[in-house]
Amino acid sequence: MNDTLANTEKKTAYILTLPAVLLVFSIILFPIFANIWISFKEVELKDIRIPEPRAKKIVKSISDEPSKIKILYKLRNSSLIQEIRDVSFQDNFPKNLEIENLDPRCSYKKYNLKCEFGNWPPKYRENFEVIFATNDGSKIDKKNLKSIKPKLDGKSDNILLNTNFTLKNFKKVLFENEFIDLLLTTFYYTFFGTVGSIVFGILTAQMVNQKFYGRTFMRSVLLFPYVAPVVALAYTWELLLDPNSGTLNSLLLNYQIIETPINLLGQKYIEISILGFDFKLRLALTTVIMFEIWRYFPLAFLFILARLQAIPKELYEAADVDGASPFQKFFNITLPQITAVISILFMIRFIWNFNKFEDVFLLTGGASGTRTLPINVYQQGFAISDIGMGSAVSIVIVVLLLMFMFFYFKLLGKRVDEN
Amino acid sequence: MRTKNTIIFSLISTFFLIFLISIWKILATLQGLSITSFNIEILFIFGFLISLGHLGIGDKIKSFYKSIIFSSIFVFCDGYLIQKLPIWYNVGVFLILYFFTYKISKYNFISLKEEHSKQVILFDFLTLFGILFFSFVILFPFYMMLVTSFKTQIALLVNPLDFSINFGQDVKDLFKSYFVIFKSYKFGKYIITSTIVSVGTVIITLIFAIPAAYAVARLNFFGKTFLSTSILIIYMFPAIVLVIPLYTIFSQLGLRNSIEGLLIVYTATTLPVAIYMLQGYFKSIPKELEEAAILDKLSWFGIITKIIIPLSIPAISSVALYVFMIAWNEFLFSLMFLDNPNSFTLSRAIQYLSGDAETPRQYLMAGSVVVTLPVLFIFVYFEKYLVSGLTAGSVKG
Repeated sequence: MNDTLANTEKKTAYILTLPAVLLVFSIILFPIFANIWISFKEVELKDIRIPEPRAKKIVKSISDEPSKIKILYKLRNSSLIQEIRDVSFQDNFPKNLEIENLDPRCSYKKYNLKCEFGNWPPKYRENFEVIFATNDGSKIDKKNLKSIKPKLDGKSDNILLNTNFTLKNFKKVLFENEFIDLLLTTFYYTFFGTVGSIVFGILTAQMVNQKFYGRTFMRSVLLFPYVAPVVALAYTWELLLDPNSGTLNSLLLNYQIIETPINLLGQKYIEISILGFDFKLRLALTTVIMFEIWRYFPLAFLFILARLQAIPKELYEAADVDGASPFQKFFNITLPQITAVISILFMIRFIWNFNKFEDVFLLTGGASGTRTLPINVYQQGFAISDIGMGSAVSIVIVVLLLMFMFFYFKLLGKRVDEN
Repeated sequence: MRTKNTIIFSLISTFFLIFLISIWKILATLQGLSITSFNIEILFIFGFLISLGHLGIGDKIKSFYKSIIFSSIFVFCDGYLIQKLPIWYNVGVFLILYFFTYKISKYNFISLKEEHSKQVILFDFLTLFGILFFSFVILFPFYMMLVTSFKTQIALLVNPLDFSINFGQDVKDLFKSYFVIFKSYKFGKYIITSTIVSVGTVIITLIFAIPAAYAVARLNFFGKTFLSTSILIIYMFPAIVLVIPLYTIFSQLGLRNSIEGLLIVYTATTLPVAIYMLQGYFKSIPKELEEAAILDKLSWFGIITKIIIPLSIPAISSVALYVFMIAWNEFLFSLMFLDNPNSFTLSRAIQYLSGDAETPRQYLMAGSVVVTLPVLFIFVYFEKYLVSGLTAGSVKG
């Protein structure tokens, strides 16, 4: 009795979870494996369209002979690069039509025209003509004829399904295209964006954790950049930072802080001298990182605030009795309480910043030294139309991510053991 | 010790005052006033004198009158002797000064003598500074977005710093950019597409997620732990690595440029977090209710629709709002899958609009306002639900 109950429970569980699991697996897990497959192939954007045999039907009446009609099929291979094999053709006709000129490739039975056209090379075109006459001499309804669509079928190689593999893509990714520079840019972007957003998150959470007038309003406002659509925010920033008529440059010029406008999103390097040391700052990359911090610190804020509010008040009261200063309280009570949250945040944000595409794409498009790995996926796959290369870069991303997660959990695991 | 603390207090409060006045000056400049200098030296001297004067006078005058006196002196010197500026600017300065003197009124020589008084002062002012700084930094871009959408091309070129809105003009002129994007750029259609996609994603996600979450929360079956951990791991996988395979598959299946294609992808990407959030809540519902239902011979469908769903309306609405927001804001997949203007979502349409260098920026900003307003409205209105959703689903983003 118990067994059957457990069995029905299992069955119900599978029925309930199956739709979700199937969907997620087919849309998320399957593509990851498909990526591996594609990355070992030489595929371009134009190759992925399946070649189709196509026919355009044109109905022409023959002058002086209303009971006869000429039908022209404009046949073609839709692909410019691939052949189609064993093309077959079928079309139906009204029940009073007889064929006048039967092509040797075709047969006409039961008012159904069937043809076998054999193989069509790429770019193949043919004008195929048939003439019909009514067997009872009545007039032909052209509209009816036009409305029947011919059916075509053919076999073609799907370039994605054959088994020609190559290592070319990975060679190109790893040894050309300034891979080291790409990696460094991605790392700067990810690391400084993550650290920056966490630092600002701590500051704002500490701030909102105190009592002041308008605190709930402040909490909502701090989350605005995180919830608003990235497209709107990126274009607003572009407008603010524009070198010609952007607000920021106009303001700085107006107050005579700078003499010539700075192209914050279009200039790769800026030379800064501090205390006699000259060094080059990657300006566009810094701006993009600023945007990233601005947009994602609210998340860190939300997490840390939730943790701060859970810290028992007694800890602070005890510290007050001991005569601790505000800074001592912050470093000795608050910080240790939020380290766990910070380390989780660091991992989450690191992974997501590592894969961030939209922000950089919308702000700079990857120009002026802001090309990160995700941007490279897009550029290789869609701008240069080399799908295979794009996939190879995706694989590099996945491998790097797995490595990061492995080291992160190893490190974290050790820390947990020590405690 | 006392002098040192006094000087530190005066310095910190002076910097705070300079910061306040500078923000006010920037805002005034954006309303069309021509202010070309912050006059930091003068501000510094004034601020320092006010702080010292405040400490020196102490309790001899009521703090209200003290504030009024200081503010008036400052406004008089700054507004009428140094810069000749309109009344509203000086009223603003007066209010800032009043706020400032009100804030420093709780300090006196006695409190400065206390232990850690330096740090307490620093903390207090840093908090004040932070509140103002972050409000400014966050709200300023939104303000610029809104105001730019009300400007004309000529106004933007003539004085790029004038961001006042002229409410005196005709409503038609004021909302010209909005009329244009709805008439010439078919934004009405894009709004409908975006709404269909977002609401559709919410509905399909909930239909798939509620049963699955119920199974994970309540039933025992082989592979349960594997399922619940893989949900989160899958969720961490980045969208950018899915793009190329999905693009090729969707091209071959003819799902590109279709709402169905977007619905499938959005649902699949939001499902893991929806299941995760819901199962956590379902676990908190007392089991006894279901046991009673099983005795009443209710099927699992009955249990879910009659017991679980009515009891978890808060969790379901927070998932729904969160998923709606993700789908509405989504950009990457809509960029990849949509290249026919007839099937654009709002985000994609704005990006397409910006691709044309000729598009005036006020149209772009009007479009941005249109795409931002619903999300911000929903966020502010349903904040309680959304914040819990954000915290639980925060791996996304």
